[in-house]
Amino acid sequence: MNYRWDWSILFKDTYMGWLWSGLLWTVIISLASWAVALTIGLLAGAARSAPSRSARLLAGIYIDVFRNVPPLVQLFLWYFVLPEVVPDSFGLWLKRDLPYPEVVTAVVAIGLFAGSRVAEQVRAGIEAVGAPLMPAALATGLRPAQAYRLIVLPLGLRAIVGPLTSEFLITVKLSSLSLTIGVLELTAQSRHVENYTFQGFEAFTFATIGYLVIGLCVTGLMRFIDIRIGGAALRKTPA
Amino acid sequence: MSDFDWGIIARSSAFLAEGMALSALLVLVATVGGLILGFGLALMRLSSHRLLSVSASTYVTVMRTLPLVLVLFWFYFLVPLVIGRPVGSLTSALLAFVLFEAAFYCEIVRAGISNVRNGQSDAGLATGLRRVQVLRLIILPQALRAMMPLILNQIVIVFQDTSLVYVVSLHDFLTAASVVASRDGRATEMYALVAVVYLVICLGTTKAAEFYRKGLPS
Repeated sequence: MNYRWDWSILFKDTYMGWLWSGLLWTVIISLASWAVALTIGLLAGAARSAPSRSARLLAGIYIDVFRNVPPLVQLFLWYFVLPEVVPDSFGLWLKRDLPYPEVVTAVVAIGLFAGSRVAEQVRAGIEAVGAPLMPAALATGLRPAQAYRLIVLPLGLRAIVGPLTSEFLITVKLSSLSLTIGVLELTAQSRHVENYTFQGFEAFTFATIGYLVIGLCVTGLMRFIDIRIGGAALRKTPA
Repeated sequence: MSDFDWGIIARSSAFLAEGMALSALLVLVATVGGLILGFGLALMRLSSHRLLSVSASTYVTVMRTLPLVLVLFWFYFLVPLVIGRPVGSLTSALLAFVLFEAAFYCEIVRAGISNVRNGQSDAGLATGLRRVQVLRLIILPQALRAMMPLILNQIVIVFQDTSLVYVVSLHDFLTAASVVASRDGRATEMYALVAVVYLVICLGTTKAAEFYRKGLPS
C-alpha cells in the first residue's frame, strides 16, 4: 500500500475549520430532525390507538407510506418536487426566501421519515405495556381520557426508551443524506478535505470518530433518561 | 397538471430497468454476503472466547454507528489503495454493502440463536450429538424460523439503502431516474414514479413479513 500519511492536515486552519463546521451542522441537523421525529412520532403513534377510526387510519397511512419510501427519495421529493407542485407564490418562497433552504428541507425530510419509525415504536409500547392497564385504570374511577393521559401513555412511553435510542442513532446517521442536496455536514466536509488534499484516511477518520462520539453521547443520554424515569426497572418487573 | 409529461416514463423505461437491475444486484449481494458474514460474526459474538466476542461486537457497534454514506466513501477511497490499482465504484460499493449490512444481519442471527432456549442445546448434547450437529440440527432450524420476518424487514431496509449509491454515481434505480429528471427537467414525474415503485415493493414485503410473523407459533 502506497500512502503518505499526514495527520497534520487535520490541524491546518482551513481543513480543521471545514471539519468542525461539518460536525456542528451534523449535530444541529440531528437534533432538529430528532425533535421533529419525536413530535410527529408521538402524535401518530398515539393516534394509532385513538378511539376515532379516521385518526387511526390517517396515522396508519402516514406510518406505512413514510417508512416504505427510501429516505433519500423523500428528501428529493421535498427538495426538487415540492416547490414545483405547490402554488407558484409558495414555490417561489420555498426557493428564494426560505432561510437555509437545504438545511430546513433536510430537517423536515429526515424528521418525517424518522417520525414514522418512532410512531411504530410508540404504538408498540402503548399496545404492549400501556393498553393492558386500561381496565385497571378505569376501575379506579378515572375517565377514559384521564386513564389514557395519566396511565396508558406515560407507562407505554417509559417502556420504549431503549428502542428510541436506536431511532435517535438512526436519525444521526440519516443527517448525512443532507449532503446530496448540498448541506456541508460532517461526511460532506470529510469528502471535501479528501478531494482537496488526497488525505482520505485522515479526513474520514475524523468523521468516523465524530460519529462514534456523537453515538456515545446519544447512548449515554438515553440511558440516563431511561434510569431516571425507571424504564429499565419497568421492563424487569414481570408483566 | 397539464404541463406534466408522464410519457417520459415510457420513453426512459429501458434505462430505468437497467437501474433497477443494479439495485437488485446490490440487494442480492448485500443480503447473501451480509448473511454469511453476519452469521460468522454472530457465532464469534456468542463464543466464549473473549477476544473473538469483543472484536466482533466492536466491529458491529462501529458499523452500526456510521452512516452508510460515509462507509461508501471510505471504501471508494480505500479499495483502490489496498488493491493498488483503480477499480470501478461498483466493486467498492458491493464490498461496502456486504461489510456494512453484515453488522445488521449479525444482530438478527444472534438474537435468533439466543432466543432458542439453553435447555435445547443441553438436551442435544446429552443425546450424544456433537456441538456442530446441535447447532445445525436443533438450534438453526428453530432460529431461522424466528429470524425470517426480521430478515425480510432487513431486506426492505437494504433495498432502501441501495439508493445511497447515488453518492458514488452508480446508476441504481433512483440515480437513473435522477439522471433523466435533470436531463429532461422532469423532476416531478420521475421522483413521483420512483417513490411509488419503492413504496409498492417495500410495503408489499413489509406486509408479507407481518403476515408471516402472525402465522408463527409464539
